[in-house]
Amino acid sequence: MATTIKPGEAYGFFTDTSICIGCKACEVACKEWNQLEGNEPKFLADSYDNTGQLDDQNWRHVKFIDDVPAQTVDAGDGKAWLMMSDVCKHCVRAGCLEVCPTGAIIRTEFDTVVIQSDVCNGCRDCIGACPFGVIDINPVSHTAQKCTLCYDRLQGGMEPACSKACPTKSIQFGTIRELRERAQTRVEQLHRTGEKRAYLYGADEKMLGGLNSFYLLVDKPEVYRLPPDPKMPSRNLIPASMWAVLGAIVVGLAGIFNFRNRGAKEDREQRP
Amino acid sequence: MTGVPSSTWFSAAPHWEWLIAIYFFLGGLAGGSYFLSALIDLFGTREHRPLAHLGYYVAFPCLALSGLLLAVDLGRPLRAWHMFIQSNTYRPMFKYWSPMSIGSWALAILGFFAFLSFLAALAEDGRIRWSGLRRLRAPSPVGRVIAVLGGFFGFYVAGYTGVLLAVTNRPIWSDTPLLGLLFIAAGLYQVTPLKNACLSSCRSPFDFVVNHWRDGAGGALRMGFAHGLYCLGCCWILMALLFAVGAMNLVWVAALAIVVLVEKLFPGGAWITPPVALIGENLPIDQHLGAGIDDGSGGRYRLLWVRSWL
Repeated sequence: MATTIKPGEAYGFFTDTSICIGCKACEVACKEWNQLEGNEPKFLADSYDNTGQLDDQNWRHVKFIDDVPAQTVDAGDGKAWLMMSDVCKHCVRAGCLEVCPTGAIIRTEFDTVVIQSDVCNGCRDCIGACPFGVIDINPVSHTAQKCTLCYDRLQGGMEPACSKACPTKSIQFGTIRELRERAQTRVEQLHRTGEKRAYLYGADEKMLGGLNSFYLLVDKPEVYRLPPDPKMPSRNLIPASMWAVLGAIVVGLAGIFNFRNRGAKEDREQRP
Repeated sequence: MTGVPSSTWFSAAPHWEWLIAIYFFLGGLAGGSYFLSALIDLFGTREHRPLAHLGYYVAFPCLALSGLLLAVDLGRPLRAWHMFIQSNTYRPMFKYWSPMSIGSWALAILGFFAFLSFLAALAEDGRIRWSGLRRLRAPSPVGRVIAVLGGFFGFYVAGYTGVLLAVTNRPIWSDTPLLGLLFIAAGLYQVTPLKNACLSSCRSPFDFVVNHWRDGAGGALRMGFAHGLYCLGCCWILMALLFAVGAMNLVWVAALAIVVLVEKLFPGGAWITPPVALIGENLPIDQHLGAGIDDGSGGRYRLLWVRSWL
C-alpha cells in the first residue's frame, strides 16, 4: 500500500519495536541513499551493536537491548532481546529547531525537521538541545547532520529508504493520522494476545507536541535509552533569565550606590 | 518519582571545549570591565576616570579576541555571519528565544560601543591626536548614551552565557534555572571580604598550624578538617561552578581547576582572583565591598595589577 506523498500533509515513521529483528537493513539503506560513509566499525562489547549511537553518520541506529528477562509464551530460560531501530523523532515542537541561531533547521512541507547543510555554520547549539541525542557534526561538511526523513525522496514522491528496506514492516512510513490509527490497532492486538505491556511512545501531542517518528515499546522508555519525559530547552529561558536579571540588579545597584556614596564623601572632604 | 531517570540523561555533548571555555572567561572580563567603566563615567568622580580608561582598554581587545575565538570554534568559521543575516534571504537573523542568537547580537553591539569608548580613552590619554573623539565619553551627552547602552550590553554579555547553558537539554546545565545567577554570584563572591579571609588562610597555612596545633592522629584529623573548612569557604562557589559547568566536560573541569590551583598555590596567585571575578562581572563590587574594609586602596591596587598585566 504505497502512500501518495503530497506537501502540506504530515508524514513520519511508526516503528513497531515488537517485530524488529535487528537486521540493520535500515542502517544500510540509509547510508546508501544519503551517501554516508559510516564510522569505522568498532567492537563495542555490547551485544550485536557496532555503531553505538545516532550521530552524523548513523541516522538510523538499531539498539540491541539484551538485559531483560524473557517473557514469551513459555517462561523462557534466559534473556529476550529488545530491538529497536532509533531515528530522529521529527518532534512537532523541536528543541534543535528552537535554539538554532542561523535558521539552518527548518520544518518542511511534510512536517519533518531538516538541517540545511548550506546554512548551518556548525555552532553545535542544537546538539545539546536535542533531548534524544540525535545530532552530531559531520567531519566532511563540518555542519550538524541528522535524519532528514529522506526529504529528497519525499519531494520525488518516494518513501524513505529505511522504511522501504525494512523486511518486517517494523518501520512503517505514512501520514501521521494513518500511522496513529495503525499503531493503536497494533497495540490492541498485542494486548489481546497477552503482551499487556505494549504502549505507544510519542504518538500523541503530550510529548513535545507529538513525535512524528513514534514507537511501540514493550518496556519503560529508559530501558530503550529514551527519555521518559523529554522537554523543550526553552523551559529554562524565562526562569534562568529572571534569576540572572535579579543578580544583575543587585550587583548594578550596589555598584551605583558605592560610587555615589564615595563621590559624595569625597566632595564633603574636599569642601572646607 | 523515584526510579525514573532524569530526561536530560539521553542528550549528547555539544563539544564546546577550550575555545569556548576561554571565551566565557574573556567575554565575562570584557563585559564586566565595560560595565564598571560605564558606572565610573556615569556615577563616579573625576579621580576615578583613569580607572575607567583601564576598563575600556581591557574591554575592546577582549571582545575582539572573543569574536575571533567564537568564529574559529564554529565548524564553518566563514559562515559566522549566518548568526546575523539569513544566508538564503539576506534578512536579519534574530531569535529572541535563542540565547545564542541574542548573545551573538549583544556581543557585536557591545563590541561596537567598546570600540567607540576605546577610541575615546585613547584620545583622552593623548595617544590619538583627534580631540573630537573625546566627546564619545561622558560627561558629553553622546558619551552618556554610549555608557548607558554599552554598560547594559556589557552586563548582558557577562551574564547570558549561564542562561545559554541552561537552555539546552544537558544534565545539570538544564536541570536548574540558577546557572546565570551562579555565574554572577561566583564573580561577586570572588571579591568579597570572606573569600579574601579564607583565601589568605588557605594560601599560607603556617599561621593556622602554629595557632591551632593539636597533638596526635586525632588532632591532625581535626586540624585538617578545620583547614579544609577554610578551603571550602574560599572556593565553594568556584566548586559549584566547577560542578555545574564541568559536569559533562573534562576540559572545563581542567580550566577551572587550573584557576583554583594558581589562586591557592602559586606566588602571587591571589592576584588572579579579581580577573576571575570578572567572569561574573563583579569588579564594581570588588572595588566597593573592598572599599568598606580598606578604603579602596586594595581595589585600586588590584586594578593596578590588571594594568601591569596588560
